[in-house]
Amino acid sequence: MSESTPATSNYLTVSTGWRSWLLTLDHKRIGIMYLVFIVLSFGLGGFFALALRLELLNPGKLLFTAKQYNQIFTLHGAIMTFLFIIPSIPASLGNFILPMQLGAKDVAFPRLNLASLYVYVLGACFCVYSMIAGAADTGWTFYTPYSSTTSTSVISMTLGAFILGFSSIFTGLNFIVTIHKLRPPGMTWFRMPLFTWSLYATAIIQVLATPVLGITILLLVLERLVGIGIFDPALGGDPVLFQHFFWFYSHPAVYIMILPAMGIMSEVVTAFSGRKIFGYRLIALSSLAIAIISFLVWGHHLFVSGQSDYAAVIFSFLTYLVSIPSAVKVFNWVATMYRGSIDLRAPFLYFLAFLFMFCVGGFTGVMLASLSLDVHLHDTYFVVAHFHYVMVGGTTIAFISGLHYWWPKMIGKMYSEFWAFVAWAFIMVGFNMTFFTQFLLGSKGMPRRYYNYLDQFQPLHAFSTSGTWVLAIGFLIMAFYLIDSILNGPPAPDNPWGARTLEWQSQSPPITENFVDTPVIASEPYDYTGARS
Amino acid sequence: MDKTIVNESLMGSGNAWFPSQASTFAASIDGIFFFIYYGSIILTVGILAAAAYFIWKFRKKVHQQADHNPALTHNTWLELAWTIPPLLLVMGIFVVSFKDYIALSIAPQNATQIKVVGKKWFWAFEYANGVKTLGELVVPVNTPIQLLMSSDDVLHSFYIPNFRVKRDVIPNRYTKLWFHPTKTGQFQIFCTEYCGDGHSDMLASIRVLPMADYQKWLASQGSGGDDLPLDELGQKLYTSKACATCHSIDGSAKVGPTWKGLFGSKRSFVDGGSAVADENYIRESITVPAKHVVAGYGPVMPSYQGLLSDRELDGLIEYIKTLK
Repeated sequence: MSESTPATSNYLTVSTGWRSWLLTLDHKRIGIMYLVFIVLSFGLGGFFALALRLELLNPGKLLFTAKQYNQIFTLHGAIMTFLFIIPSIPASLGNFILPMQLGAKDVAFPRLNLASLYVYVLGACFCVYSMIAGAADTGWTFYTPYSSTTSTSVISMTLGAFILGFSSIFTGLNFIVTIHKLRPPGMTWFRMPLFTWSLYATAIIQVLATPVLGITILLLVLERLVGIGIFDPALGGDPVLFQHFFWFYSHPAVYIMILPAMGIMSEVVTAFSGRKIFGYRLIALSSLAIAIISFLVWGHHLFVSGQSDYAAVIFSFLTYLVSIPSAVKVFNWVATMYRGSIDLRAPFLYFLAFLFMFCVGGFTGVMLASLSLDVHLHDTYFVVAHFHYVMVGGTTIAFISGLHYWWPKMIGKMYSEFWAFVAWAFIMVGFNMTFFTQFLLGSKGMPRRYYNYLDQFQPLHAFSTSGTWVLAIGFLIMAFYLIDSILNGPPAPDNPWGARTLEWQSQSPPITENFVDTPVIASEPYDYTGARS
Repeated sequence: MDKTIVNESLMGSGNAWFPSQASTFAASIDGIFFFIYYGSIILTVGILAAAAYFIWKFRKKVHQQADHNPALTHNTWLELAWTIPPLLLVMGIFVVSFKDYIALSIAPQNATQIKVVGKKWFWAFEYANGVKTLGELVVPVNTPIQLLMSSDDVLHSFYIPNFRVKRDVIPNRYTKLWFHPTKTGQFQIFCTEYCGDGHSDMLASIRVLPMADYQKWLASQGSGGDDLPLDELGQKLYTSKACATCHSIDGSAKVGPTWKGLFGSKRSFVDGGSAVADENYIRESITVPAKHVVAGYGPVMPSYQGLLSDRELDGLIEYIKTLK
C-alpha cells in the first residue's frame, strides 16, 4: 500500500514485517518500541502499587503476608524506578524527538541505539525472573546487610538493574555524541531547543553516575556469592558505605528523571503560549547547573544514618543550592505565559498539573533538606509523599504531557481532547487524594515500609488507598482514548499546535530520515514572530 | 509492659501536622516546618494565581496574536530578582536547621546513659545498674538522656515521634541519640529502617516518669514478677518480651511456629532431624534458637541468652504448657 514517494510514505509504513522492526536502525522506531516496553512496565508497577495500597486498607492482614507485602513494595519500587521512570522520557520521547529537534537524520550511533533496547529487554527479563523466582524483599534501595543476608532472589533483581544501567549509558552516550557532532548548519548551542538541552544534561549524568551503581551492585552480588565482606559487618564490612555508593548514583538518578521532564515542560509552555520562552539561556544553563550540583548532594539521604555531622551539614547546604535552578525554571515558565496566546489543550493541562505538583514536591523537598526537620521526617510517609509528588506529579505528568504533545507527530493521529480532559481530571484528583494524605501520615510519625500499622492511622490510609482507584480509572481512560486514536483518530496535520521547533517541520508521521532536505537553521528555536504557520 | 497504660495517640494529640511536643527539640523543629509551610503556601498560591490570571487574560483568540516584544522574553533584573531572594531565604532556613541539628548531635556531659540493642524484631534496653527491659524504655522527666545504640543483625532505626528524634541503629558500630523529655506520659517508639517481615511490629514504648517515680521503678526492677505464678509470668512475658511479634497462641503460623499445642509435639527440623518438644528443647529454642530450626521457617530468631532470668525461662515454658 505504500508508495516510495515522501508524501505518502512514512517511517511506519516504509517497510513491514517483524524483521523490519526488530532490526531497525531508525531512532523513531526504536523510540516507539521503547515506548511500548515502558508503558507495559508502568502498567506492571502500577498493578503492584494498587496491590500494596489495597493491603494497607486496614491494619494487619487483608490479602498478603508480611513477606509478600515486602516483596510487592520492592517490585513496585524496582520496576517503577529501573524499568519505567529512568528510561521513560529519554529512551522513548527523547529517542524519537531529539534527532528531529536537532535537524539530524538519526542519532550518532544507530546500532548502539538498537543495542540499548535489547539490553533493556534483557535487564527486564532478569527483573521478571526475580519476580517469579522468590522476589526480592529488600526495597528497591537494596540496603545492606539486609540485602546480603535475606533468602529472597536479590541477585537476579540487582543484576537486572546492573544490565539496565548499560542500556541507560548507551542512550546517554548516543545523545551526547549526537548533540556534539550531528547539528546541521546554523544549529548553534544556543539555538538548540530546551528539551534537547535537558537531554544533554541528563545524558551527562547517565554516563558518569550509572557506572557507580554498576560497581556497587557487583560488589553486593559478590558479597552474597563469595562473602567478600565489603558491606556486611558480620564479614568486617561497612553497611553505611553501601548507602554512600548507592546514593552516589541514585540521587543524580533523580535528576535523570526530572531534568527531561523540565525539558518537556519548557517545550509545552512555549508552544501553547504561542510565545518565545522567557529567559531561554537561564533555563538551558540551569539544566547544566542542576546536573553538576546533583552529583554533590547524595548525603542528604544519610542525615540519620551515622555519617559525619560535618558531611551532613555540607550536603544540606548543597541541597538548598540545587533548589534554586529548579525554582528559576518555574518562574520563567509562568513568565512565558504573560501576554501570550494561551491554548488550553491536553499537553498544557498537564503542564498546569505539573506546575502545582512540582511546587508541592519542591517545597516539601526544602523541608526535607532542613537537617533537624529531616530527622523527624526521614523514613516516614512524608518522604514517600514527597518523592511521589516529584516522580509522579513531576516526571510522569510531564511524560504524559510530552506524549500528548508529540503523539500526532509520532503516530500521525489526533486523540479526543474531551476524553483527555476527563482523564486529566481523574488523575489530578486521584493522585492528590492518594499522596497528599501521606504527608499528614508522615509528619504524624507513620514510618514507611510498614505492613502493619497502629489503628489510629487507619482513616488516612483508607482514604489514600481509595485515591489509587480514582488514579487508576484516569490511566485506564487514557489507555482507551489513545488506543482509539491509533485505530480511529483523524489524521494529524504536520504542525497541529503551531509550534516552531524543527520536528514540526517534518510530515506527520515523519519520513525515515526525518527531513527531505537537511534543514538550515537561521534563527532561535522559539521564534513565533515570523509568518510561518 | 504495663498494658493498662497506652501510648499517647499520635493522631489525637498535638496539631494537624505534628503529634504533641514532648522534648526540648520539638518546638524549634516544628517552627522550621511551619515557616517553610506558610512560605510555600504563599509562593504556590502566588505562582498558580499568576498562571490562572494569565490564562484568563491571554486566552487564545482568533484575531489576537501573542505579544512578541523581545523585551518580554528576557529580563536580567527580573531573573535576578527571582534567583537571589529565594537563595537568601533558603540559606536562612539552612542556618536555623543547622543549629538545631548540632544541638541534636551533642549531648550534655551529665546525660544519663542507657544502652539500646535493636534485634529482629524488638528493642532491648539496659540501664547502668544492670536493669534490663524489653520493648519498654522508662526515663525520668526533665533530665537529659543519651542512648548508646547498636544492632545485633541488620539496620534498624530508633524513632520517637513526640520527641522528634531518630537515629539509625547499625550492627558492629555504636550510634548515639539524646533527648531531654519535658512531659510525663507514655509515647510510641517505632523502627523506621526496613528490617524484614517483623519491621512494622518492631514497636516499643517510652514511659516518662517524675524523677521520684523513676527512681522507685529502677529500684523495683529485677525482682519483678516474683509474686506471680509461673504460667502467669510467662503469659506476661509473651507480650512484654516481644514473643508475640513472631509466635501466635491461636495456631496460626506467623514468622515463627505457633505455641499452641507446641509442648510435647514432635518437631521436624530443616536439617532433617526431629525431636519432641520438652522443657529442655524449649529452653534451647529460646537461648540458642539457630541450633534446631523447625522445617518451613527461617533461622531469623535472635538469641535471648542473658536477656531472660532462669525464672522467666521457667515461666515461658509453663505458659507454653498451658496452650493446648
